[in-house]
Amino acid sequence: MIIDKLKKSAIKSFKSLYKMLPLILGVLLLVSLIPVLIPKSFYLRFFQKNPILDSVTGSIIGSISAGSPITSYILGGEFLKDGVSLTAVTAFIVAWVTVGIIQLPAESLILGKKFAIIRNATSFLFAIIVALITVFLLNVM
Amino acid sequence: MKNRSKKTRGILYFLIAVILVYIILAFINFNLFLSSLKFFCNLIIQIVPILILVFILMVIANYFITPKFITKHFKEPGIKKWIFIIIGGILSTGPIFMWYPLLAELKEKGIGYGYLATFLYNRAIKIPLLPIAIFYFGLKYVVVLTIVMIFISIIQGIIINRILPLER
Repeated sequence: MIIDKLKKSAIKSFKSLYKMLPLILGVLLLVSLIPVLIPKSFYLRFFQKNPILDSVTGSIIGSISAGSPITSYILGGEFLKDGVSLTAVTAFIVAWVTVGIIQLPAESLILGKKFAIIRNATSFLFAIIVALITVFLLNVM
Repeated sequence: MKNRSKKTRGILYFLIAVILVYIILAFINFNLFLSSLKFFCNLIIQIVPILILVFILMVIANYFITPKFITKHFKEPGIKKWIFIIIGGILSTGPIFMWYPLLAELKEKGIGYGYLATFLYNRAIKIPLLPIAIFYFGLKYVVVLTIVMIFISIIQGIIINRILPLER
């Protein structure tokens, strides 16, 4: 009984994953283009050393970027060393992992266009809000 | 049925479009094409173990998360449900899109859009990567950021549940 149920679950899961395989491959191919086509120097020229505007810029750049969060930490750490504000860097790393413009077509197809747009739009705004709250709390503490 | 085949076709068109971009890139700049392909191969190597983990979690989800289970644990909105979603998001690994099939199944089983959004938001908190974040930004920063992100994920979930109630 348990084995039969487990077998059914495994087959169902395998079918779902198999159907998603072309999508996963497509996203991976797209993600692989970004670090090659957009170098670090490209990101740096968009920061103006204004915490509010830079947090919006950070959120925009983080949103259109893709890849492992480690990359965002490393890039964020480098930006901080180059004098970019902590608010901007926070917005950048939060948007990097919460907004997925590159994955938007895939997310729309699987979870629905309306959901994907609302989730990414609110995540974009919340990246700025998270950055402002975090830096405010750090200054107060 | 019609929607499903439309979705499958959409996925295939998406893959074909990306492959076309690669073919164009190969003609424009072959070195960039090779670098992207190398990056892609490295990603595939990293992603295979995550795919296996995703498959195992999908099997577990399919095994345990039945409509009966949903009725028991998820129907009544409460703090337990939010805690479950937040912990699930934090513990999940790998790129976001790897989790779409699982989330699509959860949605079909009646879990609201807001909870899916909260799950996805909490995926940004990566426990194995916290040492790297602490190395760059310090422990205090990472702790404050993590708490703020969890709080905001709930706000986002509530907002999306209001904007996009699940159709039944």
